[in-house]
Amino acid sequence: MGHIKLTNVAKSFGNVDVLHGIDLEIGDGEFVVFVGPSGCGKSTLLRIIAGLEKPTGGELAIDGAVVNNVPAADRGLAMVFQSYALYPHMSVRQNLAFGLENTRMPKPEIRERIAEAARMLEIEPYLDRRPGQLSGGQRQRVAIGRAIVRRPVAFLLDEPLSNLDAELRGSTRAELAALHARLSATMIYVTHDQIEAMTLADRIVVLRAGRIEQVGTPLELYNAPANRFVAGFIGSPHMNFLEGTVETNGPGKTVATLAGGHRLEVPLDNAGIANGAKVTVGVRPHHISIGGEQGLPATIRLVEALGSETVLHADVSGQKVLVVAPGQHDLAPGADVRLSLSAAPLHMFNEKGLRLGHAV
Amino acid sequence: MTIDGSGKTGPRVGEIAMAPVRFAMGLVDAPLRKLQKVAGLGGMATFFLLPNMLIFGIFVLLPFFINFAYSMTGGSALFLSDRSFVGVDQYARLFDCSNYLDPNSCAEDTFWTAVGNTGWFVVLQVTLMIAFSLVTALILNRDLKARSFWRAMFFFPVLLSPVVVGLIWKWILQRQGLLNFGLYGFGFDPYAWLNDRTWSFAAAVAVSIWAHMGFYTLILLAGLQAIPKDLYEAAEMDGTRSMRVFMRITLPLLMPNLLVVIVLVLIRAVQIFDEVYVLTGGGPGTSTLFLTQYIYETGFATQLRNPGLAAAASILMGVVLVVLTLVQLGLGRSSDKNGGRK
Amino acid sequence: MSRVAAFVFRRKGGKGWHWTDIVTWVWLVGGLFIMFGPAVWLVGSSLKTPAALAEFPPTILPYVTQKVSVEGFDKPFDLYEVTLDDGSKATLAEVRRIGIVSQMVDPKAPGEIIKVNIAQRTPVREMSFATENYTEPFTHFDFFRYLWNSVFVTVVATLITLVVNSMAAFALSKYEFRGRTAAMLVILATLMVPLSVIMVPLYSIVSALGLFNSLWGVILPTVATPTGVFILRQYMLTIPDELVDAARMDKASEWQIYWRIILPLTAPALAVLAIFSVVWRWNDFLWPLIVLSRKELYTLQVGLSIYSGELNVQWHFILAMTVVTMIPVVLVFIFLQRFITTGIAGTGLK
Repeated sequence: MGHIKLTNVAKSFGNVDVLHGIDLEIGDGEFVVFVGPSGCGKSTLLRIIAGLEKPTGGELAIDGAVVNNVPAADRGLAMVFQSYALYPHMSVRQNLAFGLENTRMPKPEIRERIAEAARMLEIEPYLDRRPGQLSGGQRQRVAIGRAIVRRPVAFLLDEPLSNLDAELRGSTRAELAALHARLSATMIYVTHDQIEAMTLADRIVVLRAGRIEQVGTPLELYNAPANRFVAGFIGSPHMNFLEGTVETNGPGKTVATLAGGHRLEVPLDNAGIANGAKVTVGVRPHHISIGGEQGLPATIRLVEALGSETVLHADVSGQKVLVVAPGQHDLAPGADVRLSLSAAPLHMFNEKGLRLGHAV
Repeated sequence: MTIDGSGKTGPRVGEIAMAPVRFAMGLVDAPLRKLQKVAGLGGMATFFLLPNMLIFGIFVLLPFFINFAYSMTGGSALFLSDRSFVGVDQYARLFDCSNYLDPNSCAEDTFWTAVGNTGWFVVLQVTLMIAFSLVTALILNRDLKARSFWRAMFFFPVLLSPVVVGLIWKWILQRQGLLNFGLYGFGFDPYAWLNDRTWSFAAAVAVSIWAHMGFYTLILLAGLQAIPKDLYEAAEMDGTRSMRVFMRITLPLLMPNLLVVIVLVLIRAVQIFDEVYVLTGGGPGTSTLFLTQYIYETGFATQLRNPGLAAAASILMGVVLVVLTLVQLGLGRSSDKNGGRK
Repeated sequence: MSRVAAFVFRRKGGKGWHWTDIVTWVWLVGGLFIMFGPAVWLVGSSLKTPAALAEFPPTILPYVTQKVSVEGFDKPFDLYEVTLDDGSKATLAEVRRIGIVSQMVDPKAPGEIIKVNIAQRTPVREMSFATENYTEPFTHFDFFRYLWNSVFVTVVATLITLVVNSMAAFALSKYEFRGRTAAMLVILATLMVPLSVIMVPLYSIVSALGLFNSLWGVILPTVATPTGVFILRQYMLTIPDELVDAARMDKASEWQIYWRIILPLTAPALAVLAIFSVVWRWNDFLWPLIVLSRKELYTLQVGLSIYSGELNVQWHFILAMTVVTMIPVVLVFIFLQRFITTGIAGTGLK
């Protein structure tokens, strides 16, 4: 139940290749999130799994059976659309029943399933209203309800939260996580929002330009991004990147010289990179501390005091660096400070953007 | 009811209207599901398109193409298989004139009379139609009380059938009619307007304008209302004079709509038939005989009917219409408006 | 009064009369008479007797000369107001007229014949509606038949138009298939082929199909309207494709998607097309005139034009039948005028 396997799945519209050979295996009951910038092919991939698009190459199997030529209706999947795609001329109840009626399910069972889903999602009071009379959040629940009543092999969710306001998005996210725990069904979730991906996913699939950049648990992606793109995409605010060149390349320790002549020591093992090669050093804003004598000299350009923490926009010899410092700081733009990276996990990327092997 | 369907009434109205149809549609579903299994989505698309295409094919495209064959045959037989091939004789006959400026010098003099009449009709009717509907649209675009009433008033004759329009005006223009009654009050003697060659032609122009003006007014009014109000406010702030505002703001911004309307009026004017046929029957004499009536009478109505000649004449008319329609489609694309026909 | 005057003479900006204000009012008031006047005159005339119709100058309202039956005579006589030679006035009935002398009797004292110069008498008139203009065509002519034919053609053609056009529009708006653009172009191209261009070959095709002198021969060539496909398709394009996807995920068949999802949501555009189709088919003239040559198949429009073209036009019947022919369209106008005008402004179709 709910095991989905993609082998070398490709898709092109005319001459435009949207997906280049995707290999992916999704286990039963897993919550997988496809994340990536718009146009990366994540929605197309989801629609191929749903059966709404035909792949131009490769193979798609659900529970071991190849379904490339099985119509969407017969794959046993349910989908929640970005716009919810509720039938505007039907009441909520009719919306929920439509799919079940099409399978010629007996009426009492339809009623039962609707009642159960309505209870679970707390939409009972709205069952006889039309989608047009519901708020965004209520519509979203109905859309999920329509998927739930079908008892699908897997749920496909296409940016289901993107039409909600920020506050509602937060609470619905939590409910979705609870729902997954309760139904323990396979869920494939597409989003461009990395926070949704981090909070919901068992595993995240990062896509860019039709290719998978990395697959892993949220923390794997956060702690050990495979490349500069994943490093920049996961985490908020995103990772700082400092350009530099390799000075010494020793076992367990590689030293890079930054543009301003400052040296940074990165604990790297067997980096396999020549001295003098251009590299990028990545460090997350939360891992930088200010003060001390040893750090990188920087000039503060902008201070954003959020109360619990302070976001500092700093300039390190021409390169922009973001620092998130806990607590409140009495700093003004133009102040010179030192940024300490000694305690920070540092990442090093080669010229192609690939992350270099870590000592730890 | 709303046009855009965002209102709730739309679907609900549809649902009530659908109720009796539902059962039948449901019955059709089972066989069509089987068809879908076999034919796939592409096959279903063909299935949905087929009835329309079939009717188009049989009743529009096929006649369109065999019209050329007709124009190359002679005799009075109806079916192509019974007709003799005569090449371009029919066209030669139509163009057989010793002096193209004088219809009486032509072999097919009624054709050239009809062409001449239609030409004059188009020039007069299109000019006056544009003038009247533009003025009316400008007036309706003013800050009027009960504007929708006035708009509806000018639109009213558009819905009337050409036969009704023809009969109404025939009744008004006859000897004991309303027009003579009105003129009688000013001391004029009753006059049989429709028995006069000049006046009956004028009546044909006037009546066709009366009947269709509201339609074009509506399109022009929509164009006028699409002009942003702040342009006028800006002009007012600059103290621009109203004539200048019209020439420099209203007219240029209305131009796309105006061009579409002009071509639409042209296309319809070339085909003028129904209301004039009822009003004057083409007479007196041949003074209001227009092209469509010539084709109709040559092809069907006269004792010595000649479908081949009628087909040749209709193809010549078709060429004019195709050119006009292409112009319209070109304009329509640039102005994002779409014009249609019955 | 002053309020009415204030309303009538309201001016834009209140800065005094601008020449455009005068033009506006002249245009609108003139329009009121020119646009509605003829139809009103038609209705008024349709209620007059043949005698009243032949009068000149005509009266605005339907008047007839009052009749009176006089004792001792079988026929009722016309009643006149007479100025007698001695200057007194009397109401007398005219028994007969010889030259300029009218022989009259007093209805109350029918014994004595009074001779009166016809210049001294004026008819006594009363209002009377000649309703027989309306009732007689139904019994004496095939008018009821024509009415039925028109209703049949209009209703059936409209239903087929809606089904066939909406199916095509669905295919052209919600499916990707090879030849879609070509199909759309073919449909648009038929805009260039009006009836007047193809009537000769169309007639032969309709005859070959055995549809000459059949109402189906009137109906079928009209139902695949390019404009119908066009407006329905434009409307369906605004229905999100996600709804179709959702229905497919919901195991709906393509036919179900068409009639349970797309058709109900296209209701507003279908309504516009239905109204237009009703008006078009009701008003159709040239094509029915060609296809129908048997009297019992005439539609109202054809019947009316044939009767009005006869040598002895019975105007009192023609006028009444014209009014009846006009009624459905006037009803459409009164109740759906706003709907239609917005529809035209939005799509530019007629």
